[in-house]
Amino acid sequence: MSDTQGVSAATGVAGRVIERGHMIRIREAGLTGMIALRGDLASPAMAEAVRAVTGAPVPAPLRVESGAEGRAVWMSPDELLLITAIGRAPEALAAAEAALSGQHAMALDLSDARVVFRLSGATVPEVLAKGSPVDLREAAFPVSTARRTHLGGIAVGIWRLEAEEWEVVCFRSLAHHLADWLAQASASGSEVGHF
Amino acid sequence: MLILTCPNCGADCAETELAPGGEAHLKRFGPGSSDDEFTGYLFERKNPRGVHFERWRHAYGCGKWFHAARCTVTMEVFGTYSAQVSEPPADILDSIRARRPGWEV
Repeated sequence: MSDTQGVSAATGVAGRVIERGHMIRIREAGLTGMIALRGDLASPAMAEAVRAVTGAPVPAPLRVESGAEGRAVWMSPDELLLITAIGRAPEALAAAEAALSGQHAMALDLSDARVVFRLSGATVPEVLAKGSPVDLREAAFPVSTARRTHLGGIAVGIWRLEAEEWEVVCFRSLAHHLADWLAQASASGSEVGHF
Repeated sequence: MLILTCPNCGADCAETELAPGGEAHLKRFGPGSSDDEFTGYLFERKNPRGVHFERWRHAYGCGKWFHAARCTVTMEVFGTYSAQVSEPPADILDSIRARRPGWEV
């Protein structure tokens, strides 16, 4: 979709990689398919919708589940965010709507609403803890944990995919700010050494 | 810093992740009530030095409302509980009485 390309370029950070001179690697993930589901998370129809879009099971509270086609993130007691390839978003939305037909539920393609930053490195908690109140110690934030909170003064979602692989999402209009904030907070030599 | 555990998602939330909703368990007086009742409902709030029941919303997280019981002097949190109740549950009252002998609602 050409209009989507335009929106993404407008953030000024599409595909930007921040690496040299920084203690972690930061990459804007580019156009990403994101589908919001709302409804009864315990219902079989919801499980089918999540499986159809991502191949993953319905995540437990504060968890992210990965599947063959993407990831399912727990957002609230009645909301999930499904992440998949941008090219699959239209068909994935259709599959979710089909699975949820007749249910009191909602599926929306919100791919344009947010941007995804992929953070890699052992010191990601060091960086995020500079601007977020969340307890990021290994014991409190193990792999597959997902939290919505604030970072650098703006609302974000943070989830830990692997020990040293994280994703941070924020609203697209704030992407430039978050990229700049992450770059500054991760500058080499600015390690706090708390963790 | 005040840290409350959101009973809806289980996250330990810093005060900055929450939006305050004021005093809990207000009884609403609407059409048909007296002027005094309506004035009290709108304006008259407890402002205790000690145990207080409050409404909070997990604004930067799951977005849901919940209730909290805490001490306004020491910031001690006695517990958090569902927003879908009209009075504090027994386990919350028990934990308050255990910490504040002689306290009454």
